[in-house]
Amino acid sequence: MNFDLSPAWISLKITFTATIIIFFIGLTVAWLMTNYRGRWKALIDGILTLPLVLPPTVAGFAILLLIGNNGPVGNFLELFGVNIIFSWYAAVIASVIVAFPLMYKTAKGAFEQIDPNIIGAARTLGASEWKVFWRVAVPLAWPGIAAATTLAFARSLGEFGATLMVAGSIPGKTQTIPIAIYFATQGGEMQVALIWVLIIFAISLTVIVLTNYWSSYQSKTRLGAGAL
Amino acid sequence: MDFHVDIQKKLPGFELAVKLEAKQEIIGILGASGSGKSMLLRCIAGLVKPDAGKIIVNGKTLFAAKKKINVKPRERKVGFLFQNYALFPHLTVSENIAFGLDGWEKAAKEEKIAALLEKFHLTTMEKRYPNQISGGQQQRVALARAMAGDPEILLLDEPFSALDEHLKGQMLKEMLAYLKDFSGNTLYVTHNMEEAYSLCQRIAILKAGKLEVFAAKEELFAAPVSLETAKITGCKNLVKAKRRSDSLLELQDWGIRVKTASKVTVSEGFAGIRANQLKLAAASQQENCYQMWIADENTTPFRSTLYLKIGTKPASIEDFHLEWEVSPEEMREITKKTQPLQIYLDPNTVFFMEK
Repeated sequence: MNFDLSPAWISLKITFTATIIIFFIGLTVAWLMTNYRGRWKALIDGILTLPLVLPPTVAGFAILLLIGNNGPVGNFLELFGVNIIFSWYAAVIASVIVAFPLMYKTAKGAFEQIDPNIIGAARTLGASEWKVFWRVAVPLAWPGIAAATTLAFARSLGEFGATLMVAGSIPGKTQTIPIAIYFATQGGEMQVALIWVLIIFAISLTVIVLTNYWSSYQSKTRLGAGAL
Repeated sequence: MDFHVDIQKKLPGFELAVKLEAKQEIIGILGASGSGKSMLLRCIAGLVKPDAGKIIVNGKTLFAAKKKINVKPRERKVGFLFQNYALFPHLTVSENIAFGLDGWEKAAKEEKIAALLEKFHLTTMEKRYPNQISGGQQQRVALARAMAGDPEILLLDEPFSALDEHLKGQMLKEMLAYLKDFSGNTLYVTHNMEEAYSLCQRIAILKAGKLEVFAAKEELFAAPVSLETAKITGCKNLVKAKRRSDSLLELQDWGIRVKTASKVTVSEGFAGIRANQLKLAAASQQENCYQMWIADENTTPFRSTLYLKIGTKPASIEDFHLEWEVSPEEMREITKKTQPLQIYLDPNTVFFMEK
């Protein structure tokens, strides 16, 4: 059996890059939305959550329109001779868009659990919004943020539909584990597919279990049972 | 150190509209829950933006709706003590206190923290987390943290409501000592009139967002200006009253006429007498003396409450007009008497309210 390991590295490269991007954007947007009291709250929240409920092919289609050769972003990048469609960058974009709502929703839920008086106390004590965010909100919401990051990571690792549409399945370049499983199954290589299934199973489980242990360790040592 | 607030803010159900002025003193804000007193503090701290009005502290405008001034909470130099203390659970006691001292030089900062730990009796627990110390200690940390940045105004939001009775008395004394050293204004919000009386010089009473009265505490307790003031200052015996002359009131619900030392100028209002101001009549007394029957009694270790009905025998324990609070000694005296009791309502303690 000729077994090519490249989908594992491609998957991990795309997933880690996407997770880092999602972490910062998701956290920022979640915090801004937690504090936003305007009338468009429900609408903006809906738009940000949409990729979670739409089929990934819709996300893929939208990304193609944007960054494809005739799309506005695609046209702009063309000027510099850059073409990101069917590259691993496109796969990262697909992952970010599809997994973003999980990070956003879960982190926002965690931020909303924080006692508003604690945030108010930080503000009256002279803290800048930056300090309120990094020294108070993020540490207090940390278990939720860790869970959010894990979910985003897992969703990103399992991303298939949008990735296939925008990055294709170029072996050694854009073929990720889920795509490898699909094409191995299509081609009747059931053993190859099974190995990939076991690998992705192991990675996902390991990451989730590690996060669980880590965040329960954190809350035991730092926050304790009765936080107040 | 002077302080001026005049703000309006629409809230679900009512509008907060308060005007207060003060000069380096402790002002009590007394009101039932939902009267808008916490919201008032939030507006002053800048955590909530009022719809209209202005807030000026030491000549500095913190908020002025017309001039579109709204200073950020972090620049207002306000110390806020929250009801639940709102300590940072992930920071130690000394990190909590140091939170507002970011801009300070390292040596000065450490000195300041050490001084605060000392002053608030927290030196031995500087490395502990808030959940590892007691409620009274948490309150001291919160107060030390609020005072660390030398605020110009201190806002205390029901600071004693989370403490048990024993600790409350002790913390009340401590608080008074800490506040003596404080050179700014203090606004102290509570629904407990005893706390307000022992801590504050002047008291403002809030009802549904409106300032009912703002006066020196002695004045407020001696002659309440309204039914709400009387209720919140703990007066149990309140009744509708009609004017008969400048000093005579007809209390229809109680079936009596009573003389009062207040000057009655309007035809209708309310009369009140505090439960501890009723007296047994001396044999020779006639004026303002009434026959009363005991409908029910309720005894606690240090005082008893008697529920009295005027004129006729009560039909049930619910059938009473007045409450009378007596000491155990007085109670022993009273049980020797035969009913009905002759009770004297001193005209100096019977007060009249127009609203």
